[in-house]
Amino acid sequence: MTGQYRENAEGVDVRYVANLARLDLTDEEVELFQGQLENILGYVEQLQELNVDGIEPTAHAISVDNVFRRDEALLFEGAENIPKNFPAENQQLVSVPKIIE
Amino acid sequence: MISEEELEATIGLETHVQLNTRSKIWCACSTTFGAPPNTNVCPVCMGYPGALPVLNENAVRLTVIAGLALGCEINLRSKHDRKSYFYPDMPKNYQITQYDQPLCLGGQVVYSLDGVERVVRLNRIHLEEDVGKNTHFENSSGVDYNRAGTPLMEIVTEADLHSAEEAFAYLQALKEILSYAGVSHCNLEEGNMRCDVNISVAPKGSDKLGVKTELKNMNTFRGVRDAATYEIKRQKREVSVGGTIQQTTIRWDDTTGKTSAMRSKEYAHDYRYFPDPDLMPIVLTDEEVDALRSALPEMPAQRRERYVQELGLPAYDADVLVADREISDFFEQTATLCGNAKSASNFLMGDMMRMLNDQERSINSVAISPESLAELIKLFDAKKVNNQGAKEVFEVLFEKGGDALEIAKELGKIQTSDTGSIEPFVAQVIEEHPGPVSDYQGGKDAALQFLVGQVMRLSRGKANPQVVGDLFKDKLGT
Amino acid sequence: MGDLHTYTLAGLQGMLADGRCSSVDIVNDVLASIDRTDGRVQAYVDIDRETALAEAAASDKMRAEGDSRMLLGIPLGVKDILNVEGQPCSCGSKLLKPYRSVYDATSVAKLKAEGAIMLGRLNMDEFGMGSTTENSSDQVTRNPWDVGKVPGGSSGGSAAAVAADSAIAALGSDTGGSIRQPASFCGCVGFKPSYGRVSRFGLTAYASSLDQVGTLTKDVRDAAILLEILAGNDHRDSTALETPVEDYSAVLEQDLNGVRIGLAKDFFVEGIHADVSEAVNKAVEHYQSLGAEIVDVSIPHLKYAIATYYVIATAEASTNLARYDGIRYGDRKDGDNPIAISCATRAAGFGTEVKRRIILGTYVLSSGYYDAYYLRAQKVRSLLRRDFEQAFASCDAMLTPVAPTPAYPIGSVLSDPLEMYLGDICTVPANLAGLCGLSQPCGFSAEGLPIGMQLLGPAGGEASLLRIGYQYEQSTEWHLRKPELEVSA
Repeated sequence: MTGQYRENAEGVDVRYVANLARLDLTDEEVELFQGQLENILGYVEQLQELNVDGIEPTAHAISVDNVFRRDEALLFEGAENIPKNFPAENQQLVSVPKIIE
Repeated sequence: MISEEELEATIGLETHVQLNTRSKIWCACSTTFGAPPNTNVCPVCMGYPGALPVLNENAVRLTVIAGLALGCEINLRSKHDRKSYFYPDMPKNYQITQYDQPLCLGGQVVYSLDGVERVVRLNRIHLEEDVGKNTHFENSSGVDYNRAGTPLMEIVTEADLHSAEEAFAYLQALKEILSYAGVSHCNLEEGNMRCDVNISVAPKGSDKLGVKTELKNMNTFRGVRDAATYEIKRQKREVSVGGTIQQTTIRWDDTTGKTSAMRSKEYAHDYRYFPDPDLMPIVLTDEEVDALRSALPEMPAQRRERYVQELGLPAYDADVLVADREISDFFEQTATLCGNAKSASNFLMGDMMRMLNDQERSINSVAISPESLAELIKLFDAKKVNNQGAKEVFEVLFEKGGDALEIAKELGKIQTSDTGSIEPFVAQVIEEHPGPVSDYQGGKDAALQFLVGQVMRLSRGKANPQVVGDLFKDKLGT
Repeated sequence: MGDLHTYTLAGLQGMLADGRCSSVDIVNDVLASIDRTDGRVQAYVDIDRETALAEAAASDKMRAEGDSRMLLGIPLGVKDILNVEGQPCSCGSKLLKPYRSVYDATSVAKLKAEGAIMLGRLNMDEFGMGSTTENSSDQVTRNPWDVGKVPGGSSGGSAAAVAADSAIAALGSDTGGSIRQPASFCGCVGFKPSYGRVSRFGLTAYASSLDQVGTLTKDVRDAAILLEILAGNDHRDSTALETPVEDYSAVLEQDLNGVRIGLAKDFFVEGIHADVSEAVNKAVEHYQSLGAEIVDVSIPHLKYAIATYYVIATAEASTNLARYDGIRYGDRKDGDNPIAISCATRAAGFGTEVKRRIILGTYVLSSGYYDAYYLRAQKVRSLLRRDFEQAFASCDAMLTPVAPTPAYPIGSVLSDPLEMYLGDICTVPANLAGLCGLSQPCGFSAEGLPIGMQLLGPAGGEASLLRIGYQYEQSTEWHLRKPELEVSA
């Protein structure tokens, strides 16, 4: 069923994209995803067939504007449980290896 | 080869300004500065699973006010977008910002440098969120998310600045306007204003800009000026000897007084902007914007005008007072209460600003109030205290507050100008010192000082020396 | 007392009100059912028995003192994607194993406010990505009707537990069919409200413009009862609707005279299993016999729905999952610097399907590709919405299959993701267009596997949809059949 679809001629630079997404991939994964992604993108190509001139994109499933909240400060009651989830902590800060800029 | 003199610098500034809302932009956590780390946090500003943003209406309102104060066009339809990049201080690893439909477009800042008025055009102002704060230790770093989610306005200039001095003057003018507009505390120590500075050089008259370097997150204006000064010189020197400028982010080292390139990023910045599906568009009406426009507080330029035209102050006084909104507010209240704008100005520009600067304090930390200063000024204007006396009373009021008259009395600074009570002393001195009297009548002005001094002694310093002098002049017929 | 676990929620409400059982009885019976069946079915990831029994005891006390809240003392299962304060919320992922919720999702809070007991965490495809519940880092859940078959996904644990009577009812989430498809595969009722009808606050996000919280229940009435409590505005969710919540169970009994059921041939895709089309067509005939009018409608752009869905969902997901970096919570793998930590944490913590979708989503948003993929997909989405608006102008609900096939063998689609995606053709349109959707049993395959039919309603059309489904259900007996489960070894 899947072989019918035209493959994306350019090929996906999987490593580059994975870098953007902060994903370390093994060579096997790169190879696996390369083929599968090109297959999927080949399938997605069919969207190019359609004439979408003058069509507004659907940014939201519902059309509502101006959803606001009032400027009031409230203490989050579970705040003391947040540090319990820190993988590493130092002086109430989330501890990470030194950030070198 | 091109010489350094033939090169001109161009600077663009992106200033991030924290809005003075009570709560954060997407959640109800408090924005109060200085809380213990990671206490003003919740699932939303910590980027927890399942958390969702809801927009603080006051953040929108303040951004529109800032836009109006800066002469921007307000975009009636705007929205928020996700800007993706990974960093430990980013709770969601995307920042919610405004990409192609910001709240404000255009605008300008008028500032003066060396007596000349200049204009910097603004490109836009948009509303986004602040990130957490990193602290660096010797072998690790720590992140505090109290600041994450604070509403931030990003104010972007066009490439209209051409020197470090201009950049400095622009920032001061911008701070003044934002402070008057009431949208931010503009407190640099608390990080309320931080700048990214883009610097490039190109041959004078060229319509193409050179390669730019970017200085990020500068939190003092002085730092911006010093770093830009250095960087411009560096770039000009480099280009003039045939070198090229690398487009990098640079850091400023205050201690060495130099800029240096930061480690080049391993990953390209592809921010992958797209409209945030969790947030609905912002739609404003002309009526709402007009209402905010009419309610704009008086801006510095207007206030300066008013001080000169209506209060009769010299332009110099107006400039000094208006530069700091809190000082000028204090001045106005005082002037209204004591009825003498010039006197109020003198005291503010003189004793007040001197003591504030000496002690590195801001005017809202001092004990003296417009009411007590006005009382002191009335006493001074009525010649009940003299210059020296007023200064001493002021110093006590500044530190401890209190009632001007009471303090003047306690310090023994009340002088009398009542001729009726001084005359007897004058008569007494004339009788007791015939020598100096005839000296004075003979043309020796110095003798008057002696005679006045005698009355001051008799009156235990309470007589107004000027009145004493006048009485002597009267009686001795000169 | 040993059959309380087979009751519906409504049935238990009645039992409790009449004093014919206690909440402790119910919880004990459900726990016993779990003990008997879950060794085979593997629906549950985590159960806090002590807390559940304590809450049950407390509920009984409150009831004795006059507390008559709607769900008082009734235990419910929760898909492991919804935050329940103090409980794990691992979303089927290794990365979130250490995480403990610090707040209740709004949907959970509303159920708790009515006295419900959150009994246990139910298995799912990691972060909602999958149609088989094989993408769970915990375990593979099995279809109670045939343990060699998938239960569907991503709410496979929820559907399997309800079908196996090891849950009275369960919360699920649906982004592209994740409630409706497993309901069909497992022979229970799956309901996805219109977008915005139920708050998403506390629902771990997969695709923000498509996700909805919904229910897996034994019958339509239970879905209506739960929806009344779940639905409503939430000041913590900008996408939650302010429209009033209706009394969904009150209108269930209205008959179908004058109701128009729309049938679109587009949904009967090439390669659809013969048993599926037969069962759904029989359902059409049944609706006619109940007095409904069958109307031909069409969704011309339906064939583009899967491509549209996978571009939009993965794009949104790639950003929604960026927060899982090992920095603030969750499992953290070591590294020399924070970048290295994030890369290692995500590499170790995410499964293959999640990685694949993140890469696809990152790609379609990346510089140079945004217009061709994401923007275009959002425009095609508009075309689909228009198709449905036009269809609903001439019918009250549409009737479609849920999936092209009944449940398939475990392991059969793992090597070909695209083939798995193609099975979503009937369900993704509802998410793309913001519609409400109901999946309910309408037959069985020759192998004895459940087949579901889907009713689709316009946004805001929950009341009508539930009633149309109820009328079918109450005049048939599919919903009364239960799998014969061997007792766990």
